[in-house]
Amino acid sequence: MTERRFDPRRWLMLLIEPLDPALLLILSLLLSYAFVLMVSASPERMESQMINSAVAISVMWVAARMPSQRILALALPVYVTGVLLLVAVALFGEISKGAQRWLDIGVARIQPSELMKVAAPLMLAWYFQQREGMIRVREFLVAGALLLLPVGLIVKQPDLGTALLVAAAGFYVLFFAGLSWKLILPVAVVAIVGIGSIVGFGDRICQPDVDWVVLHGYQKNRVCTLLDPSQDPLGKGFHIIQSTIAIGSGGVLGKGWQAGTQTHLSFIPERHTDFIFAVLGEEFGLTGALVLLALYLLLILRGCTIAAQAPTLATRLLAGAITMIFFTYAFVNMGMVSGILPVVGVPLPFISYGGTALVTLCLGLGILMSINRSRMMSKQ
Amino acid sequence: MSFDEPEQELSQFRRRVLVAGAFVMLCFVVLAARFAWLQVSRFDYYHTRAEDNRIALVPIVPNRGLITDRNGVVLARNYAAYTLEITPSSLKNVDETIDALAEIVDIQPKDRRRFRKILDESKNFESVPIRTRLTDEEVARLIARRFQFPGVEVNARLFRDYPNGSLASHFLGYIGRINDRDLKRIEEREQEANYRGTDHIGKIGLEQSYEAELHGITGFEEVEVDAGGRAVRLLRRTAPVAGNNLVLTVDLELQKVAEEAFGNRRGAMVAIEPGSGAVLALVSAPGFDPNLFVDGISTQDWEALNNSPDHPLLNRALNSANPPGSTFKPFMALAALTTGKRTAQQAISDPGYFDFGGHRFRDDKVGGHGLVNMYQSIAQSCNTYYYKLAADLGIEQIAAFMSRLGFGSRTGVDLEGESSGVLPSPDWKKRRFKRPEQQKWYAGETISVGIGQGYNAYTPLQLAHATATLAAGGVVFKPHLVRYVEDVRSGERRMIEPAPVTNLGLKPEHLAEIRRAMIGVNLEGTGRRAFAGVPYLVAGKTGTAQVYSLRGGRYKASEVRERLRDHSLYIAYAPAEAPKIALAVLVENGGFGASAAAPIARQVLDYYLLGKRAGNPAPEDADAPGDEEIQ
Repeated sequence: MTERRFDPRRWLMLLIEPLDPALLLILSLLLSYAFVLMVSASPERMESQMINSAVAISVMWVAARMPSQRILALALPVYVTGVLLLVAVALFGEISKGAQRWLDIGVARIQPSELMKVAAPLMLAWYFQQREGMIRVREFLVAGALLLLPVGLIVKQPDLGTALLVAAAGFYVLFFAGLSWKLILPVAVVAIVGIGSIVGFGDRICQPDVDWVVLHGYQKNRVCTLLDPSQDPLGKGFHIIQSTIAIGSGGVLGKGWQAGTQTHLSFIPERHTDFIFAVLGEEFGLTGALVLLALYLLLILRGCTIAAQAPTLATRLLAGAITMIFFTYAFVNMGMVSGILPVVGVPLPFISYGGTALVTLCLGLGILMSINRSRMMSKQ
Repeated sequence: MSFDEPEQELSQFRRRVLVAGAFVMLCFVVLAARFAWLQVSRFDYYHTRAEDNRIALVPIVPNRGLITDRNGVVLARNYAAYTLEITPSSLKNVDETIDALAEIVDIQPKDRRRFRKILDESKNFESVPIRTRLTDEEVARLIARRFQFPGVEVNARLFRDYPNGSLASHFLGYIGRINDRDLKRIEEREQEANYRGTDHIGKIGLEQSYEAELHGITGFEEVEVDAGGRAVRLLRRTAPVAGNNLVLTVDLELQKVAEEAFGNRRGAMVAIEPGSGAVLALVSAPGFDPNLFVDGISTQDWEALNNSPDHPLLNRALNSANPPGSTFKPFMALAALTTGKRTAQQAISDPGYFDFGGHRFRDDKVGGHGLVNMYQSIAQSCNTYYYKLAADLGIEQIAAFMSRLGFGSRTGVDLEGESSGVLPSPDWKKRRFKRPEQQKWYAGETISVGIGQGYNAYTPLQLAHATATLAAGGVVFKPHLVRYVEDVRSGERRMIEPAPVTNLGLKPEHLAEIRRAMIGVNLEGTGRRAFAGVPYLVAGKTGTAQVYSLRGGRYKASEVRERLRDHSLYIAYAPAEAPKIALAVLVENGGFGASAAAPIARQVLDYYLLGKRAGNPAPEDADAPGDEEIQ
């Protein structure tokens, strides 16, 4: 090959080559949507959201370029590091708003629980890969233990929202690995009965003197507030009441971009982060909400396709779990903002302002792309 | 659950992906259904909720009406000042906030105590002042650091100011912060909407009785507000209508002369224009500074006023009912003429006592006045004449006549809380007492009533009112302090017309007889020293009300402790031939009517009729001839 002069097309190819076009298209649409909403919700944060996006996309690009085998090889060290950091948080972490979540490492404060959202499914997928062909009950028990260790540490912080997301991520790996329905169904039934009874007896168990033993006071409050937000309209119920008013008053077509009164008169709390969906619902109405649902559906569809076609057990499990994490984020956030799920600190994926979550999500996307590339390479 | 065959494992995995996909679809359908429910089915409801959130009605408090005397001298006015206010409901820790504010502006412990007191009394979600009358510098400092203090506001508010201090304080009254009881009254009047944003209400005096006129109509601004309640944009404005001004019948200079004449003595004086009922002056001494009450009185000031033995908060003109003493005699004489029990010329012999039912009622003059007719009975204040007259008239006739003159019932003056006094009668006694032995009326009690002692108890206002009726030829006018109500915007004046309540139908010759005798009081009788050299004719009567009964012994003012001394009374109207002013004076523990009350009346009449000012408190005439001595 002869030396060639700088060729922009070749560079562009090099840049785009590791990326999956479908996922890239969906991501760009979601990020554009996010910018449109950010102009309305918090224009002063546009710049930093752009920087966040650039960093997240870079992370995605690096992950996408990395062969999936090398990613999997990182599973054990990342997982061990994550667990050690969680232990460190428990011992030396900073207390903020009644919870011990942050670790000050001098340069910056980091939240190791965030890392676990990717590290836990990665570890479990890697573990099942090691035991491929010999996956029996024992393997599921070991996997369950590997999952419960970080989840337990995060619950202790206490950070129920993140713990649920990490547990869900791990559970998806177990589920795709073939966890018996005989185990899944009873748990599902218990969960439905439990939630049903909480809703049914909400009045009684939400009395101030009732101690819920397993949950912290603030978690009890979140559940109780969901059951009856009007009980505390100026306190904890305020967020839910105002966000449902915002969404409901949007109607079918919405009040128009930057014309949301709930948004612009500060009735929506956290309007640029966890409650940004209320801005969307108010300004773009049902139409805007369905467009977002469709984008997420396309993203999940593409993720499922990649998972179904992934070459190895570990990549299949990992791709499936990551896809379902996207779903979980989206469902929990929209469910909470529209008032059908309790308020847990889960951002709207790719839309909410905030670097950490965006980087984590884009890392997931990058891993999906890497898995897809390894399939195409193995075919060649 | 083992997969020995990779193919089998792969198809199992793909089934699971399908299951997961179905679950995702299910959840998204649930979400879409929820959105449709909120945004389509319940759209109207949430749309209204969002509008309610967005729009707030901000009341604009109207300017309170001014109060001026008949000559336009201002008694109550408004001024704008900045206040520092805290909305406790939007604060986590009120004390910490106040501590932080205290570093920026001067906040005294007194301010904190008052804040606590107002906070305890106030409605929820209300802003409560911690400091009032901020200086411009303080306002600037606060505004600069406002962002540090959510829930803290600097507001420009109108304050009530009473420029004359304690002068005229008793009828003027004051406004104070609205409390629970005021709120109930506002609700009864269905004025809640009109009082939105209003913190103060008339508590007493004219400020209270003319509250509806003075308050005005609250305006409203429809504003778009943010979640913090701060106004963002004005949508619509309805201007407030200022309260009406009150122009009084009172002459503030006359009021001042009268109050100064009292010096530091306790008592009351009411001056009424006969033939209209217009109150020219209404004094209750001592007074108080109504400005203390406007922002919530401090505990210290309150205790000083409330615990003072002089009871400065008591409006004696309206609420201090005392026996009228000998000032009752002209009315008794009129009753005698009207009922025909006596003629003016008919004389009785006064041996110095009157025996009735085995009891000896003494006259103040040892040895008696000798032969006494009606003129002499009034001018010399002869008790025996009235002992006999009372026995002849009987209590029923006395009570019936006196009630027509307004004794024992409220005059209907335009101030609230007036006492009705006591007009004694067998009926009254039955109502007043519970035990049968107390309910019985004894004939001997009638005798004491005849000289204005016994159960008799009338307010200075009632005495002045009856004197004015006498002066007006027996026509009763309702006393009133407001001459007209003035609409600030249109300038329209609503006069309080002097409406005669009733004409008692008294005979002019009877009235002339009484007048002659009352003129005699000041020419040659008990009031001659106080009215020596007066260039106009005064019809008057001195009186002494018994405070403390000295059983058997003779009364000597100098020997009795000051607080147990008799009350000194004086009634008069002048000029006697064409009365312009009628008055009643009460000096608590002043001793003889001629010595304390009459000189005050002289100063008031001199000023009103001659424009002459004494400049000093009325002298107490220690050597005044005793007009009566009490057994």
